[in-house]
Amino acid sequence: MLHIDYTHYEALRAHGEETYPHECCGVLLGKSNADGNHVREIVRAGNTRTDSAHNRYNIAPIELVKIQRQARGLGLDIVGFYHSHPDHPAQWSPTDFAEAHWIGCSYVITAVEKGKSAITNSFLLTGTSEEDKKFSDQPIEIEVQPVSISTNG
Amino acid sequence: MNIHIPTPLRAYTAGAETVSVPGATVAEVFTNLTSQYPELKQQLFSNEGKLRSFVNVYVNDEDLRYLPEKEATTVASTDELTIIPSIAGGTDLIPSCSCCPLL
Repeated sequence: MLHIDYTHYEALRAHGEETYPHECCGVLLGKSNADGNHVREIVRAGNTRTDSAHNRYNIAPIELVKIQRQARGLGLDIVGFYHSHPDHPAQWSPTDFAEAHWIGCSYVITAVEKGKSAITNSFLLTGTSEEDKKFSDQPIEIEVQPVSISTNG
Repeated sequence: MNIHIPTPLRAYTAGAETVSVPGATVAEVFTNLTSQYPELKQQLFSNEGKLRSFVNVYVNDEDLRYLPEKEATTVASTDELTIIPSIAGGTDLIPSCSCCPLL
């Protein structure tokens, strides 16, 4: 299960709309435990694939180093990544799979259809190594924070 | 020196996010790291003993691939080494259409 609050969920979907028709990408920071990955922060990342940004994304390793450092400062871990598929389904592609190396992390994909976010899916990369890794469908639990309402009179 | 371990490899460092390993060069540090945590070796290196292509190594903020001495780069105990797998992907070149809704 991927646990994410509504604000972060909507923020990563909005990112895909902002970068449309190019792919967006970012990192999910949080904690992992027995019931899944819990997102506490999302960090937008730049897409270095300016040569083919409509159908490819890549996060510069030095940016990942800095994001991991940021996570450490917050007492969090990198628990996943997100990116968009402009005018393509929210399903992992052979390229996504080949380039996925963070076993135990969530890979969130949002289909952005004609500039509007559509379906968002999450896939958990499981296995023990490159040789036996696989993507599994991962349910998303969107957590809504309770809102306090005050009234006058 | 301190080595920062990415989330997926912490299963092989008893959950440690940062481990301290001695060594005068990056190569020595890796030798000591994989001696201390043997299961990391298969995760980091190919059968030919080369760093796997998707494994990025940074000495402080410098990419090891672009350091002139590569693995022979000397390091101090105050330097930090970060292991960071790459992250990339994208769609295939198949356009969506009205008969293939976005799933």
